[in-house]
Amino acid sequence: MSEREKILGRIREALKNPAPKPGSHGSADHNHDPNHSHAHGTTTPISTTRTAAANARTWLPPVPETAEGQLALFTTHSADLKTDFQLLPSTDALASALKNLATELGWKRVATHRGLLTTPATEALGLPLLQAEAGYDVNAMEGCDAGVTECDALVAQTGSVVLTSRSGGGRALSVLPPHHVVLARRSQLLRDLPDAFALLQEKYGQDYPSFMTLITGPSRTGDIERILVLGAHGPKKLTILCAEY
Amino acid sequence: MSEILKQFKIQATKVASDLRHRALIQTALGKYEVQRDRRKAAFQSWEEARQVAAETKWEAMQSLDQHLISFVSKLEARGTHVHWASNGIQARDIILNIIREKKARCIIKSKAMTAEEIHLNEAMEKEGYEVVESDLGEFIVQLRKEAPYHIVFPAMHLTRDEISDLFHRELGSAQTSDPEELTMIARRALRKKYITADIGITGANFAIAETGMVSITENEGNARLTAALPKTMISLLGIEKVLPRMADLALFLPMLATAGAGQPITCYNSLYGGPRRPGEVDGPEEYHVVLLDNRRTELLADAEQRDALHCIRCGACLNVCPIYRNVGGHTYGTTYSGPIGSVITPHLRGLQDWKHLSSASSLCGACTETCPVKINLHHHLLHNRRNAAVQNPNRLEQLAFRIFGRVMNSLATYRVMRTAARWLHPLHGLVKGGPLDPARAWTKTRELAPVAPKTFREQWKNRT
Repeated sequence: MSEREKILGRIREALKNPAPKPGSHGSADHNHDPNHSHAHGTTTPISTTRTAAANARTWLPPVPETAEGQLALFTTHSADLKTDFQLLPSTDALASALKNLATELGWKRVATHRGLLTTPATEALGLPLLQAEAGYDVNAMEGCDAGVTECDALVAQTGSVVLTSRSGGGRALSVLPPHHVVLARRSQLLRDLPDAFALLQEKYGQDYPSFMTLITGPSRTGDIERILVLGAHGPKKLTILCAEY
Repeated sequence: MSEILKQFKIQATKVASDLRHRALIQTALGKYEVQRDRRKAAFQSWEEARQVAAETKWEAMQSLDQHLISFVSKLEARGTHVHWASNGIQARDIILNIIREKKARCIIKSKAMTAEEIHLNEAMEKEGYEVVESDLGEFIVQLRKEAPYHIVFPAMHLTRDEISDLFHRELGSAQTSDPEELTMIARRALRKKYITADIGITGANFAIAETGMVSITENEGNARLTAALPKTMISLLGIEKVLPRMADLALFLPMLATAGAGQPITCYNSLYGGPRRPGEVDGPEEYHVVLLDNRRTELLADAEQRDALHCIRCGACLNVCPIYRNVGGHTYGTTYSGPIGSVITPHLRGLQDWKHLSSASSLCGACTETCPVKINLHHHLLHNRRNAAVQNPNRLEQLAFRIFGRVMNSLATYRVMRTAARWLHPLHGLVKGGPLDPARAWTKTRELAPVAPKTFREQWKNRT
């Protein structure tokens, strides 16, 4: 018998003994549904009726109903997280805002990926570009001053950026260079985490990318005397340039 | 007395009277408490969230076999190699075989308590491989050749000056007392390692059954780099990590961050579903997932304590535990310390050897109260004590309780003992806490309550 079968066998054997439902720290029998055929060696079928996320909205930190309120919340979170969040009038303004960053911080080389927002904005920089799709050299990407990506969504509830290996130019681009710049549209702002996971499911459910992440602020650590330090291993800075239209 | 117990007592006595340790822990956990309370208050209902989290994990355990089958088949469909390990030896062999096959030399690791549990680093180092821990706290304790002090904050027991000395000695860096500077020293040292490592090893926070994905939570970005750059990626996880649905993360991610570190959500919450896919620009060519049992199924078989498998390793119970705060993380001598460690270690490593941890408790219940998935922790400490006594009865203790039972059940003997106690109590002062005192374990540091001069019945009889 394979280890897989041995382990699954031990699990099935163990589950013949029902455990009390949480919150009722009492006897097992009390909550045991006699219709479930534990005794016959099969376990409870996976339920699909009640999902935590369906009701999560009623317990999670509240989010305003209005779009304005959600934007305000995202802005507040960004400030708390030390994310540089800039709301810009239009997609055209993304390019000039990115250029301002490049000049101000003295960027010499920028890594990016092709996209409707990233390509025009990075090409306008007039700097040497490293395109992630071209099969990049890791050392070269590490040497870039910034990684400029798009994203799947922004989340008002937590101030997070939803990004996948498809929307964000792979796994390394958004974490290896010392400054991560996200180009987004305001219409990408979602209300909360349940919406974020619903979006991923809807957008990629048929064929998920190998990597999906929620990025919330620049990389950080508190491992030395619980004192917050930004830029532990990932980017020291996170900038979100968001176009109103 | 067993060697393990002896060591525990020596260490506990030593650390409990170490004022420097106490100050350090109070500061670190004091900050944590303030942040955690603030984040909990931001929830519309933290209590309901806990209940649903507990029920979700309960549901995950109820059909663990089916969830694992779904998790594995989805992963395999995307080209992931899934391995099943009944124990630590098998898991180590699986991982060592992958390393050998890839002719790897340098391995970068992100934080994984399961790897600590099976002593993976020692096994890899013994074979001559270079293993680098990339989480800052883990990196620090690895340089000190020490086990993590805490499951979430591995280097909580060290001051910045000690870390500076350590970096100076081991990495040749200049002395500094600036935490940011120290972090940057580690950042520079590790950057090169990510790029040169052949294999990246991670743990996991959740295994999503519905979509076949490994969920990894972190603040530093080290796990993301570990999963992005090396050609081969391995994730080692316990079989109990299952969550039924991806959408459950909407609840679990903020709860884990709130309970674990007082953050609204952790900096990076990533989902890995396989190796680099066609059309993707990077990521590992091979992805291996190693599922570890290592006696978790034994705990699963104990319906009474099964909920201990709901643990999401947030460390909240350690942070609030008066015992943990007094004796410190290393004293336990276990991979998992604090209340959850005291509950599960007897299952993972043998009840008789580790039953003392369940007695090192004030039974205050702070752990149960704080647990985000409502594990009945302090009752499980009692369950362990009971199971240990049933399995290996202490004759002397049994006799003592039998006599006590007799005395309390007969009014005549009770009265005799009551009178005797009144007379003998002042004499106890002569031997109190000394070698002749039968109750010295208790009275060494505590006063016995005086016997009341008059019982309630006597007072009632003489009422005016």
